[in-house]
Amino acid sequence: MTSAAMPSDIGGSDLGGSDLGGEVRATPEQRRARIVGLVELAMAMFVLFIFALGEGSDQDATFKLALPRDRFEPLDWTVNPQIVGIGIATVLAVLAGVQLTKGFGSRANLILGGAMALFIFAFLAWAAAGQSFSLIGMLTSTVVLSVPVTLGGLAGLMCERVAVINIGIEGQLLTSAFVGTVVGSTWGSWTAVVAAALAGALLGWVLAVLSIKYLVDQIVVGVAINIFALGLTSFLSGRVLSTNPQFNSPDRFRTVAIPWLEDIPMLGNLFFKQNVFLYGTILLVVVIHFGLFHTRWGLRSRAVGEHPKAADTVGIDVLRIRYRNVILGGAIAGFGGAALTLGSTGRFEENMTAGVGFIGLAAMIFGRWRPMGVLGAALVFGFARAMQQKLGILGTNIPSEFLSMAPYIVTIVVVAGLIGHARPPAADGQPYIKD
Amino acid sequence: MTDQEKFFSDLTGVGTRLRTALLTPMLALITALLIGGIVIAVTDVDTLRLWGDSPGEAFSETISTVAGAYKALFVGAFGSKAALSETLFAATPLILAGLAVAVGFQAGLFNIGVEGQMLIGGMTALYVGFTVDLPGPVLIPLVLMGAIIGGGVWAGFAGWLRANSGAHEVITTIMLNFIAAFLVQWLLKTSTFQEPGRTDPISRPIDSSARLGRIFGGDLRVTIGLLIALAAAAFVGWLMYRTTIGFQFRTVGANADAAKYAGMNVTMLTVGVMATSGALAGLAGANQLMALPPHQAQVGFSGGIGFDAIALALVGRSRPVGVIWAGLLFGALTAGGREMQGAERIPVDLVEVIQGLIIVFIAAPALIKAIWRVKGDTDEQSERITTGWST
Repeated sequence: MTSAAMPSDIGGSDLGGSDLGGEVRATPEQRRARIVGLVELAMAMFVLFIFALGEGSDQDATFKLALPRDRFEPLDWTVNPQIVGIGIATVLAVLAGVQLTKGFGSRANLILGGAMALFIFAFLAWAAAGQSFSLIGMLTSTVVLSVPVTLGGLAGLMCERVAVINIGIEGQLLTSAFVGTVVGSTWGSWTAVVAAALAGALLGWVLAVLSIKYLVDQIVVGVAINIFALGLTSFLSGRVLSTNPQFNSPDRFRTVAIPWLEDIPMLGNLFFKQNVFLYGTILLVVVIHFGLFHTRWGLRSRAVGEHPKAADTVGIDVLRIRYRNVILGGAIAGFGGAALTLGSTGRFEENMTAGVGFIGLAAMIFGRWRPMGVLGAALVFGFARAMQQKLGILGTNIPSEFLSMAPYIVTIVVVAGLIGHARPPAADGQPYIKD
Repeated sequence: MTDQEKFFSDLTGVGTRLRTALLTPMLALITALLIGGIVIAVTDVDTLRLWGDSPGEAFSETISTVAGAYKALFVGAFGSKAALSETLFAATPLILAGLAVAVGFQAGLFNIGVEGQMLIGGMTALYVGFTVDLPGPVLIPLVLMGAIIGGGVWAGFAGWLRANSGAHEVITTIMLNFIAAFLVQWLLKTSTFQEPGRTDPISRPIDSSARLGRIFGGDLRVTIGLLIALAAAAFVGWLMYRTTIGFQFRTVGANADAAKYAGMNVTMLTVGVMATSGALAGLAGANQLMALPPHQAQVGFSGGIGFDAIALALVGRSRPVGVIWAGLLFGALTAGGREMQGAERIPVDLVEVIQGLIIVFIAAPALIKAIWRVKGDTDEQSERITTGWST
C-alpha cells in the first residue's frame, strides 16, 4: 500500500479544487473575491445596525491604554460608539463596494484583515459603551496567550517544511510541560527549560524514527503520541504528583523588563515587560524565518519538503535533514511546554494543554507555513481568547463558546480556500523511499 | 480462494495464514503490557526508596505491585459475570466508533473527527428524545435515526469540503471536533437542553423510554446497545463487500483517479463515506446517553472514545470482525482499568498509555518484529492510510 508517487509539478497549481473536484463553475478566484466582498458588506450592515444604532451606543466608551503600575500618566482614550460605528460602517461599505465591482486583486486578503480589525474595534466600542475598559490588559494577555501557540505552530512548521506531518504537537507540549515542572521543582528553572526541550526533542525523535525509518503513517504516529502523552502524564500526575506535591512546585520565570524600551507607551507593556519565553519566541520566529529563506539549511529543507527526489538527485541527504528538523521541531514544542508551566501557572495539571497544540497546528496552516505568518496567526487566535476572557467583565451576553470556536472556524475557511488559500509543502506527509 | 473464503478474509482481514495475522497484534499487546508494567514499577515512589537498603525486598515488592495491578485488570475484565458484562458494556461504543474509523480507512479517508461526530450525534439523539413522546419500541429507532443524521451531516460536511475544495479531512475533522465541543458546551446551557435548576452545562436526562434495556436484566449493565453495535458491524460488512456502493467506496480509497475515470461520482462517494462514518460515530455518541447512567449529556460526554477508535480500527485492520475483537479487547482494558484503579490505586490512565503503545506497534510491524526478533513475513508492511495534505 505504499504510494511513492511524487507530485510532478513543484510549483503547484493554485486552483482551489483538487482532482476530486466536481463540475466547473465560476473560477475559484472569482468565487473567492465575491465571497470576500459579501463578507465585508455583511460586516458593514452589522456594524451599522447593531453597533452604531443599537441601544445605549450613544454613551461614551473609555479605553485604558496604560496599566496602573506604569510610570507615565494614565492614558485614556474616550470614543463615542455611535460615531465610531457609523464611520466604520461607511468605510466597510466602501471597501465592499470596491471589492464587489473592481476587486482588490492580490491585496484582497490584506484589505479583509483590515476590515476585520475595524469591525472588532466597532464591536469593542459598542461593548464598552458607558464603561471604561482596559484595552492594554486585553492586548497584554493576547501576547501572553499567543506564546505557546506560536511555539506549537513553529514546531509543526519545522516538521512540515521537510514534509513530515506532526499531529503530535499537543502531546509534545503536554509531556514537556510535565517534565519541565518536575525538573524545575528539583533542579531549578533553567535546567527545567533544557529538560523540557529535550523531552520534546525525544518525542520528535520518536516521530522521526517511526515515520522516516519504519514508514508508519505520520498521522497515526501523531495520534499515538497524543494518546500516549495524555495517558502517561495523567498517570504520573495521579500516581506521583498528587502524593508528592514537592515535585509540582517549580519557580516561575519572572518578568524581565528591557531598559528604555519598557517605557514606550503600550508597546513597552506588550513586548518589553515579559518573561524569557516571549523573548525566546520572538527570537525563534526571526531565526527560523531568516534560516528558512536566507540560508543553505533553509533552501535544503524547503527542497526536501517540496521535491525530495530532486533534492536527493543534487546530493542532499533527504532523510538526515528530515530527522534533524523533526527533532528540532520537537525541541521547540518542548520550549513551548515549559512556557505553559514555568512561564505561566507554575504547576502541572492533567491535560493542561487543552487543545493549545491543535491551535498551534491551526496557526501554522493559517500562517501559510511561514514563521512570521505563524506569529501573526497566533496573535489573532490569542486575541480571540483574550477577548473571550474579558467579555464577561463588560457584561455582554455573547456566549464565549463562539469566540472559542473562532480559530477552528478560521482554519476550515482557509484550508477550504474560501478566503485566501493555503498551500502546504508539496511532498507533505509522504515518506521518502530511495530507489 | 472460493467466494466464501474471499468474503471471510474481507470481513476479518485474516488471510489464509491465521498465525501471521494474529502474531503482530498479540506481540503488540504483550509488549505494551510489559512497558506498562515498567511504568508502574518505576512510579512506585515508596518502593524506589527501598532499593538502596534491601534490593531483594524492593524487587519482590515491585513484582507484587505490578502483578497485583495486572491481576486486578484481568479480574475486572473477565473475573466474574459482572466483570464480563462491564467489558461488553464498555466495548459497545468502542465497536461503533471503531467501525466509523474503519469505514473511512477502507475508503482512503482518515476520519479523526469521530469524537466531534459522537457529540453532535448524541445531541441530536437527545433532542429527538426530548421532543417526541412515544413508547420505547418506536421511540428508540427514532432516537437512533436522530444520531445517525446528526453524526452523518457533521462528518458529511468534512467530506463535502474534501471533495469540493480539497481541504484535507484530517485538518477539517480535527477542527470540527473542537467546534462541536464548544457548540455542545453552549447548547447544554440553552433552555432546550439544560436541566432546570442547574447553572452548569448539563442536559436533562433522556426520556426513560428512550433508554436501552439491559440484555440480562438485574445488575448486569450490558444493554441491547451491544446488539446494535454487532448489527452495525454486520451492516458495514455487507455494505462494503456485498454492494456496489461499498465497491465504489473502496475503489475511491484505493485510487481516486481510477474511480473518476471509471465514471464514478467521486464527490458524492466522498460525502457518502464520511456520512456513513459519521453516522456510526453518532450511534456511538447516542449510546453514551441511552445506555450509560445518568443518561445526561455533559461537556465531553464522548469521553475520548473517538480517539481510542483510531487505535481500534488499526488493531482490527479496518475489518468489521477485526473491529469487534479489538473493541472487546479495549473494552476489557477499560473495565479492567477501572478495577485496577479501585482495588490497587493504579490510575486508570495507564490504559491510555497501553493503547498509545499498541497503536505504534500495530502500525509499525517491522518495529515489533525487530524487538521480538521474529523472522520472515516481510510482506507485511506498515499500512499507509493517509496521503499528504497537499493533494
